[in-house]
Amino acid sequence: MAMLHTVNKSPFERRSLDSCLRHAVKGSAILLIEDGIYAAIDGTVVAEKIKSAVGDHKVYVLGPDLKARGMGDHKLVDGIETVDYAGFVDLVTEYDKVQSWL
Amino acid sequence: MPIEVNGKTLETDEEGYLANLNEWEPEVATIMAKEDGTELTDAHWEVINFLREYYDEYQIAPAVRVLTKAIGKKLGKDKGNSKYLYELFPYGPAKQACKYAGLPKPTGCV
Amino acid sequence: MSEPWEDDELEGPVRKFMYVNRKAPYGTIYALESLEVVLIAAAFEQDVTLAFLDDGVYQIVKGQDTEEIGVKNFSPIYRALEGYDVEKLFVEKESLESRGLTADDLVVPVEVISREQMADLMEEQEVILSF
Repeated sequence: MAMLHTVNKSPFERRSLDSCLRHAVKGSAILLIEDGIYAAIDGTVVAEKIKSAVGDHKVYVLGPDLKARGMGDHKLVDGIETVDYAGFVDLVTEYDKVQSWL
Repeated sequence: MPIEVNGKTLETDEEGYLANLNEWEPEVATIMAKEDGTELTDAHWEVINFLREYYDEYQIAPAVRVLTKAIGKKLGKDKGNSKYLYELFPYGPAKQACKYAGLPKPTGCV
Repeated sequence: MSEPWEDDELEGPVRKFMYVNRKAPYGTIYALESLEVVLIAAAFEQDVTLAFLDDGVYQIVKGQDTEEIGVKNFSPIYRALEGYDVEKLFVEKESLESRGLTADDLVVPVEVISREQMADLMEEQEVILSF
């Protein structure tokens, strides 16, 4: 029963991503949305967190939220896949459950 | 109250500002002005067009002080003063001209 | 009574106001609220300083395009601040660097200062509004 985890808070301001990563079991997926997208950008002091997760999890980031925040052209951490809203819906249907780390 | 422009009905807010900026066309200004009893001249259009350009660049309607200064810079000192602008738009230059230009009401302004 | 076109002289002393911006845009309403307060308060001709630190530096990142999220992109408004005589924009160097950003990534010219300088600047203010 694979789970999709969403994280919508900035990794610089909240511990939502940390909590998510500590609880997400191997094989579950992580989708970064809203202010959570900042965790997907390479070259930041928090980039290691996602780097350490891409081996055990599929990691996605919501493209419209990247673009809105001016991060569309910034380099993402290797292994992260960008999805649009349709892709978001596909993920929700593909995984059994969704857990939102707020 | 919605306004009728070229056979289309355009929504406005309770103060008469256009609900959707993208629906603006010059006729909108002409019709709004007519309701206020004003015939638009080239001098009016100069300000209306200036406001549309300003909004396009900065995404806000300027406060009257800012508008006055910016008009002075662009169109000359004789036009960059409150008296000139109030004569054109007696209900308040930023407020009335913004309405004709299809912009939202300026933040905290006359 | 003065005529409407005569500028009202606003009485009272000029005070040092600082707006402290610490939140990313769009995820919460803080950034936009701060900007609106700055625009309104600009009419009072005070000595205004804007500080961007922590996630607040994300507010002024270039290239924001909010079309797909259906929210107004308010980043161009920061470029209008100069016309409102709000010209003192300070960004904390450590906040930029920890996010992999430089002054070239920002929509407006700013002064990049160290955390220590930022702390001193805060100490100099008479009124601080935090967002």
